[in-house]
Amino acid sequence: MSERAAKAASAAPLIEARGITRILPGIVPTTLVQGIDLTIRTNEFVAITGPSGSGKSSLLYLLGLLDLPTSGEVLIHGRATARMDEEERALTRLTMLGFVFQFHFLLPEFAVLDNVMLPMRALGRLSAEEMRARAHDLLGSLGLGDHMNKRPDQLSGGQRQRVAVARAMANEPPVILADEPTGSLDSKASEQVFEVLRDLVEEHGKTVVAVTHDLGLAERMDRHLELLDGRIIGDEFHHAPVRAGA
Amino acid sequence: MNLVFDIAWTHVRYRVRQTGFAVAGVATGVGFSIMMAALMQGSQNDFTKRLVNTLAHITVSDERRNPPAQPAEKMFATAEIHGLTPEARRPGIKNPLATMAALEAWLPGGIGPSVKVQAIIRYANHDVSTTVTGIDPRREAKVSELAQQMRGATLNALYRATNAIVIGDRLSEKIGARIGANITLQTSQGARITAQVVGFFHTGVRQQDESTAYVLTKTGQILAQQTGLINELRIRLADPLKSREVAARVENDTGYKSVSWEEAYEDLLSTFVIRNLIMYAVVGAILLVASFGTYNIISTITHEKARDIAIMKSLGLREFTVRSIFVLEALIIGLAGALVGFLLGYLLSRALGAVKITNPFIDSDHLPLAYSYVHYLLAGFVALISSVVAGYQPARKAARVHPVEIIRGAT
Repeated sequence: MSERAAKAASAAPLIEARGITRILPGIVPTTLVQGIDLTIRTNEFVAITGPSGSGKSSLLYLLGLLDLPTSGEVLIHGRATARMDEEERALTRLTMLGFVFQFHFLLPEFAVLDNVMLPMRALGRLSAEEMRARAHDLLGSLGLGDHMNKRPDQLSGGQRQRVAVARAMANEPPVILADEPTGSLDSKASEQVFEVLRDLVEEHGKTVVAVTHDLGLAERMDRHLELLDGRIIGDEFHHAPVRAGA
Repeated sequence: MNLVFDIAWTHVRYRVRQTGFAVAGVATGVGFSIMMAALMQGSQNDFTKRLVNTLAHITVSDERRNPPAQPAEKMFATAEIHGLTPEARRPGIKNPLATMAALEAWLPGGIGPSVKVQAIIRYANHDVSTTVTGIDPRREAKVSELAQQMRGATLNALYRATNAIVIGDRLSEKIGARIGANITLQTSQGARITAQVVGFFHTGVRQQDESTAYVLTKTGQILAQQTGLINELRIRLADPLKSREVAARVENDTGYKSVSWEEAYEDLLSTFVIRNLIMYAVVGAILLVASFGTYNIISTITHEKARDIAIMKSLGLREFTVRSIFVLEALIIGLAGALVGFLLGYLLSRALGAVKITNPFIDSDHLPLAYSYVHYLLAGFVALISSVVAGYQPARKAARVHPVEIIRGAT
């Protein structure tokens, strides 16, 4: 186990799921996740895998407060979220959680720089100059320094996904939740995005939880959760995380 | 720039065609509303001005509004006497000069005595019922604009001949009398004189021009068969809009019935209220139709932007912020529509004002139009409100979007 992974395993819980179940109402109710207990600690690099319909994304949305469990509860930094109103959940997402989706979901009419500044502007804690400088730094560190004034449709898939990562990092949240971040990319771009996510964990001390179908990538993360029919059927800690090229 | 404004502005700016149509809808509504308001207000103003200029603002007649109380009624509060034949009084205002002097002491305007007699004008086999008013031409300028309304002669022409008369131009056309014609005036009491037409007047109010004539006070008294009779005091005020309250005070002071021009034409003026109601209803309907366009565009934008809304909410934007974005878009459309509508309304009004018309009821050969900033403010305000109301519902719906549903649908 690497020194960082060992530290992460003993760190304080960052996100806790306590018996969460999510059932979609309807004529035939659909159970998305069922009775999941899970603790994610600071600086962990977690992969969630499973076949389609196993509840991977649903679990991620519940952990990211985008959805509410039918029963059970999610705690962020030890704070129960069940009784939070819409405003509080929105603020928690804005400050504590960063999202990266399979499709970049950038605002198409806005330049790359504006897209990255969006969460900072929504939070409104920095001056315009500070926001701009921070967005410049983030995009520069992700190799997008020359593309700041381009619109998303002028970038490649990998570049767009890196912009999405920069946007997720904008307010410096401790947790990045990624839903199939490499799902729509070719292998080269996938590798680039994976490296970016790994850097977030190793260099910036962030916690990254990523849903993926790619078992090869999952094997290279610190921890591998496997889901089937809405339940966790495997929770494996990799004692010696496999690094690219290792 | 504010985030909400930035996103809203970008949305409307990137949909030039759709935004253009929505703005055009609002602009058309605002433009036509302004034009209609200008036309209706203009015709109303023109008519009111004509009424005010034609008539004395207050007419004090020798009548009483209520019969005098009977002695028994004065003595006993509970006594009420009905069915008495009214006391036959000698016509005329008592001590008219003293009454006038008392009123002139406080009256904010001019006052003139006159004799009003109903007579039939006979000329060339025409018998026309006419109101003949005996006036003092030197005082007339204080109480009416008759001097300015004279055609073919001045008011002083009344001094030119014995029993001189000036008649309305429409009356002259009706009976075919020209200047110099000798016409016969006959009253129901049997008085009969021959008068010479020395001039015409034109007030623009058909009723006046068709059935009114002016003679000297002395001639009027001969027709009324009562020397020294003054049965009417005519008052013209500096501010015609105060005529109702001044009339009430005059009536209170003199005891004689004082009728303001507003009271005399109450029925006519009340039709303006209905006209205005119709105008506002039509303007409201036009703007309502325009607001459907705004509703449509905001609904379309929110539908197209469902994914962006979901992503903004997943990033942590509040419902209020998302709702504000689309309400602001509606406001931008409404504001742009109102501004374009102002220009359109002005141009339409000018175009309408340039159209030549022939209408026997108005003197001008162009439609009377009123240019008032109030019309612009009102139409703009209603356009903004209706745009915001139209945009609110789709904005509210958009803000309530559950991000997970959209994100799931997109992946």
